[in-house]
Amino acid sequence: MSSEPSMDDQTLDQLQRAAFGYFVQAVNPANGLIADTSRENSPASIGVVGFALSAYPVAVERGWMTREDAVERILATLRFFRDSDQSGSPEATGFKGFYYHFLDMHTGARVWRSELSMIDSALLIAGALAAGRYFTAITAGELQLRELVEVLYRRVDWRWAQHGGTTINHGWKPESGFLHYCWDGYSEAIVLYVLALGSPTHPIESDCYQAWTATYQWEHLYGYDVLYAGPLFVHQFSHAWIDFRGIRDRFMREKRCDYFENSRRATEVQREYARRNPHGFAGYDEHCWGLTACDGPSNQLAELANERRRLFGYAARGVPYGPDDGTLGGWAALASLPFAPEIALCAARTMLQRYPEMLSAQRYTSSVNPTLASADGGAWVSAGHFGLDQGVVVMMVENYRTQLIWRLMRDCPYVRTGLRRAGFRGGWL
Amino acid sequence: MPPPPSDPESTAPPDAHERERLGNVHPSGWRNPQPADRYRLVVVGAGTAGLVAAHAAAALGAKVALIERHLLGGDCLNVGCVPSKAIIRTSRLYAEMRDAEQYGARVPADIRVEFPALMQRMRGIRARISRADSVRRLTAAGVDVFFGQACFTGPDALTVDGAHLRFKKALIATGARPDTPSIPGLVEAGCLTNENVFDLTELPRRLLVIGGGPLGCELAQAFRRFGAQTIIAQRWPLFLPREERDAAQLLSDAFARDGIEVRLNTRAVNVRVEGGQKLVDLVSDDYKSTVAVDAILTGTGRVPNVEGLNLEAAGVEYDTRAGIRVDDFLRTSNRRIYAAGDVCLEHKFTHTADASARIVVQNALFLGRRRLSALTIPWCTYTDPEIAHVGLYVRQARERDIPVKTFTIPMHDVDRAIADDEEAGFVKIHVKEGTDRILGATIVARHAGEMINELTLAMVAGIGLRTLARVIHAYPTQAEAIKKAADAYNRTRLTPTIQALLRRWLTW
Repeated sequence: MSSEPSMDDQTLDQLQRAAFGYFVQAVNPANGLIADTSRENSPASIGVVGFALSAYPVAVERGWMTREDAVERILATLRFFRDSDQSGSPEATGFKGFYYHFLDMHTGARVWRSELSMIDSALLIAGALAAGRYFTAITAGELQLRELVEVLYRRVDWRWAQHGGTTINHGWKPESGFLHYCWDGYSEAIVLYVLALGSPTHPIESDCYQAWTATYQWEHLYGYDVLYAGPLFVHQFSHAWIDFRGIRDRFMREKRCDYFENSRRATEVQREYARRNPHGFAGYDEHCWGLTACDGPSNQLAELANERRRLFGYAARGVPYGPDDGTLGGWAALASLPFAPEIALCAARTMLQRYPEMLSAQRYTSSVNPTLASADGGAWVSAGHFGLDQGVVVMMVENYRTQLIWRLMRDCPYVRTGLRRAGFRGGWL
Repeated sequence: MPPPPSDPESTAPPDAHERERLGNVHPSGWRNPQPADRYRLVVVGAGTAGLVAAHAAAALGAKVALIERHLLGGDCLNVGCVPSKAIIRTSRLYAEMRDAEQYGARVPADIRVEFPALMQRMRGIRARISRADSVRRLTAAGVDVFFGQACFTGPDALTVDGAHLRFKKALIATGARPDTPSIPGLVEAGCLTNENVFDLTELPRRLLVIGGGPLGCELAQAFRRFGAQTIIAQRWPLFLPREERDAAQLLSDAFARDGIEVRLNTRAVNVRVEGGQKLVDLVSDDYKSTVAVDAILTGTGRVPNVEGLNLEAAGVEYDTRAGIRVDDFLRTSNRRIYAAGDVCLEHKFTHTADASARIVVQNALFLGRRRLSALTIPWCTYTDPEIAHVGLYVRQARERDIPVKTFTIPMHDVDRAIADDEEAGFVKIHVKEGTDRILGATIVARHAGEMINELTLAMVAGIGLRTLARVIHAYPTQAEAIKKAADAYNRTRLTPTIQALLRRWLTW
């Protein structure tokens, strides 16, 4: 495969460090909240905060931040959430231990009429748990840090989110109750289920997980047997925390596979799709791919020759059925590093060479669309930076290099319990 | 009591086509015959199931009476499949004209839709197809046709229009009617259902379709393509709730391309009329909005026609929502009486009605033991792309603990689909893992309805993917996607061990 150059360690380090730099720039030190994007007036996203909490240990390990500084930031964050308004009112911060998806950066109150988000709350808790496993010193600060992690995790009422049904609802609003999302099918929610099953205080029943996996689709696509989901981030997010190598739930035992290998295959499928490039977009080939949840050029041009080519804004683009408007998440390849290092590094390197405008301030923008040219002739690029992208880059590059987050979470008793109750066996379990 | 059926004389523009159709399906001035002493089979309802049963039984020599209170041919011919497919064909033409550039073709700049013309074409097609269902053909076949409301008087007798009919066996095939949702103000504001939408003479400028099942989806797309500003409100998160997710997603995308305003997770909660337009309040979780439209079309399910028959007198058990209770042999709680078609089946399709009617003829007249559950039933939603299915869905297989694997071929991997510019879609064939046995399949493609027939055939004939891979498919066709799935299955049989052995052989 590779007459194409791969990426050197120094470049990788630079990219990882620049990604981490987002969390330093986008934070409100008073409460630890991190902005969803670098755009003006962006609210905080609790999912991004979760990634930040796990990124701090990486920064300390790599010497980008002092231990004390990291502990302080995490304490500020955890204290804020502990003391936040949990009344579930439209202006509160959360309810039943969960939090609204988007919060005001300063007051922490809900904004955008956003939903109480179970999945993003799970990312927040996962981030906190990872931090708790890293900062194990017997200093006052780190003792309190670990205590706060426990408080926040124990407070989450996962059972309530089941709402008497067999699966976990993904959203709730005070104005209308539980939202009617379609929860079917494989998604990034494994981490949500693991945390919900591992809860020492409000665990869900394990048949809840079975009910969800019963909606899985195991497909032979482009020559690969894969647990199918369109957007690449689905195959990555839970893996930022959980090492799925060698551990298998009932579904994976039946298929003689595991979620790690599955993510490798899903990455290959992305590549196959780009090779085919059915819509004929510019730039797509086996070294240039990555359909995932990312920003898009929807507010661009009415000036399109072909009205059939619709453009989307922030959307979960997916393979092979789309939506695909020619927009790729440049960071998506790096986030697949642990599963498919050769092709991921090759793609990351190639895309950076072809579209250097993909980085701004040395950091990945959310997306690039080579089919649409910008004013100066380069590809269209999303403005600013998105926190989720930066977080997954920091964590996945680290897992590839040292398995740090995986090691931390493998030792977390709640994660072990959750995985066991979900039916995972074997491997490091 | 159900709402009275529309007066046969007042449907649609009374043109030559309508006169021909009505002359076939409910001629004015028809005189019911003198009833025979006793009928071997009395069929109540002359839709697809009733007609198939009546013709089949008469052809085999039985003395048959057929009773219809409205129009022969039932829903399918008059207000269902036939008219909808006719207008769908025209709507597809307009869509292609608008997309002409993508095919490298030029069309005149202003494409005007002549709604009256396309409806007239539909009426012509309907009239022509009504000839096969005509009363003359029935009487020529020896069937006594009675128009009127049937009413059971006992376990082996009924009346119709004052006449008393005795029967050895009876078949109830009274079909189903649209279930109008109970939305405040809807009835007063007036709404369209499949029963009157094909009588329209003018295209509504703005249309709200309530219901994202097959009917709502097909007609929303057709009317959008004719130029109506169309909104479709579906209460569930996806269209076609029975179908698999990816199919529903592709349909959603197709609707968006057509310019239909798609409102999923949305319920209509109130309708009022103001200033000559209909205002409908829509709610989606915490998002509320009001839309102004000129017409509302509902496609929110069907309820069986079980009222007015005095089924109690015949000892036939029924449920107002689920219909007449039948066993797997389609027999009701009265051993002399059977049921078929929409009045008793969950799968309300013309071809299922047909198949169930044939089962009834065998079982009722010839001591047959043919079972409904033995049928392999495909179905298709005729949107663009079409969505067709047969057999089990993956979730059904997993619920039954059957290990299932799906072979997926996206249509963009099929040469003919690329050449046709009809790439949105896929063929998915579900097999029992470790075998080549086909459990089911879903096809999303321009011609999914045609393509699914090959897979239904394979399942009925017990043909697996291994055999399908040996079947030469003409190239280039879109159905080749099926062969590709079969070939993919064959490649998975090439395990590393076998590959190694083959390599040793070839280098020897």
